[in-house]
Amino acid sequence: MKDMSYAGVMARKNEIMKKALRMDYEEFEGEGLTFDYEGMMEKAGYSMEDIRNIQRSSSVGDTPLIELKNLTAAARKLAGPGKGARIFIKDEASNPSGSFKARRASVSCYYAKQKGYEGVIAATSGNYGAAVASQANMRDLKCIIVQEVYDSSRVGQPEILEKGRKCEAYGAEVLQLTVGPELFYVFLRTLEETGFFNASLYTPFGIAGVETLGYELTEQVRRCCGRDPDAVVVTNAGGGNLTGTARGLLKAGAMETRVIGASVDLQGLHMASDRDFNRKSFTTGHTGFGVPFCTWPDRADVPRNAARPLRYMDRYVTITQGEVFYMTEALAQLEGLERGPAGNTSLTAAFAIAQEMEEDQVLVVQETEYTGAGKHLTAQLTFARERGIEVRRGNPREQIPGENILLPSDPSVIGVQDLDLDHLRRSYLKNSLKRNGLQSSELLEKELDFLGLEIKKNRDYVRSALKELESR
Amino acid sequence: MNRKIPARAWVQIESVVLRPEERAPNVPEETRECPLLLWVKGFLKEEALPGDTVEIETIIGRALSGKLLEENPPYEHDFGRPITELLTVKEEFRRIPAKGGASQ
Repeated sequence: MKDMSYAGVMARKNEIMKKALRMDYEEFEGEGLTFDYEGMMEKAGYSMEDIRNIQRSSSVGDTPLIELKNLTAAARKLAGPGKGARIFIKDEASNPSGSFKARRASVSCYYAKQKGYEGVIAATSGNYGAAVASQANMRDLKCIIVQEVYDSSRVGQPEILEKGRKCEAYGAEVLQLTVGPELFYVFLRTLEETGFFNASLYTPFGIAGVETLGYELTEQVRRCCGRDPDAVVVTNAGGGNLTGTARGLLKAGAMETRVIGASVDLQGLHMASDRDFNRKSFTTGHTGFGVPFCTWPDRADVPRNAARPLRYMDRYVTITQGEVFYMTEALAQLEGLERGPAGNTSLTAAFAIAQEMEEDQVLVVQETEYTGAGKHLTAQLTFARERGIEVRRGNPREQIPGENILLPSDPSVIGVQDLDLDHLRRSYLKNSLKRNGLQSSELLEKELDFLGLEIKKNRDYVRSALKELESR
Repeated sequence: MNRKIPARAWVQIESVVLRPEERAPNVPEETRECPLLLWVKGFLKEEALPGDTVEIETIIGRALSGKLLEENPPYEHDFGRPITELLTVKEEFRRIPAKGGASQ
């Protein structure tokens, strides 16, 4: 009789994962704290052409790139003469399940089918659930989605309720849970019971699927503007969107394109708190995931996370909930595109960043997502008000997440706040030493080089950052 | 008042996955005071009353058990109310004065 307690199942994690992925992560482990990241990514075993073919065979990708002419004109008025980059948006809502997540799900479902799995499981309260359910249908696989939905009074965010409905619409079995990190326990237990494939967001397949996004948008910008994109803004949560897009840009040869991460600032709210759960209006794309996953990617539901955003990020900014809702309305009112708020996190940052850039430059917002009942600013702000959150016009800089949502008084107050990337890099280094039980003086040259790659810096940077950490 | 729900009806069940004392050590206090609950839908195996412990067959054919809640619960999320504060957004973008006297 197997031990099905929390501790018992968690202790079998590696064994369960191995069966659920048919991938042995041990083979990529190197000396000390190193591991062979590129080797692991290659293990996905699909070239860019393969992935594009897999995605085309299930109607994923090749989404339109739309120039936001009216928002660009507004940004230029605010920026002054000569300033204000052209803003483009990649309309990922036109993927089969309504978001870029179809790209991630497509490769996982293809692989699962090839390997003979009967079904797939994903743990997600986001758009990824619908993406897996939709792609599973195209590959004739069964599908289970494990969702964190309710607080202890059984109140759920309208956005998550809608995502649950959509998964059920695709014929998935949806396991809906109350708040808590033990969702992972339910996920493992279900993998073990069913023998299904772990369609994690964080496998090499999940990341390779997003590489086409960066690749496609580079081709599209070259075609319409005769140049590479100068910057791409990516909504950052678990890091996969950013990692995959950046890798795709590099594979397309867009070596100079700046990769900018953007998250909704939810500082002060605890993600595993029953009380805070429904006091936020964004269920993903926020700092509550974005920051911890940057500074320690291997907290994910696979032994080694293929999403490693600090390897690729040139800048990381935050914006506020109120600003994203305001820009979501602007996208509908000025550009005629009604899309879901969560996907407009990067759009909001882009509106501010475009004003810093020259007018001949090109800035790409690399996603949109579908909208509908629950997943709409009217639903989400109505829900926030019902929970006692104050919603009013004001200065977004004065927001307090969980207490108020300040809709900008006018477009000129929309701005980004830079997160200190050096601080995040040092946190990563600190976590890496701690998790591996190492002192910085013990590190081999090879380990220093590895850490450099992990944070997009060189050996000297790592050395001096470690020295600084030690002296504290 | 409770009426029996017939076999093969599409129902929702609830079960306790972890009691408060069984929860993970790292969860915040207010979360640890509550059990981890699970809801799932499926076809009821045998006729039963709400509140009974029952077995269901999920849409993909798995057998699961738990406390019977109700038959075919509705989706109740909606669009909420229009946000009147945002009705003027288009006008606010149109009214942006050009910085540095640029002609627009």
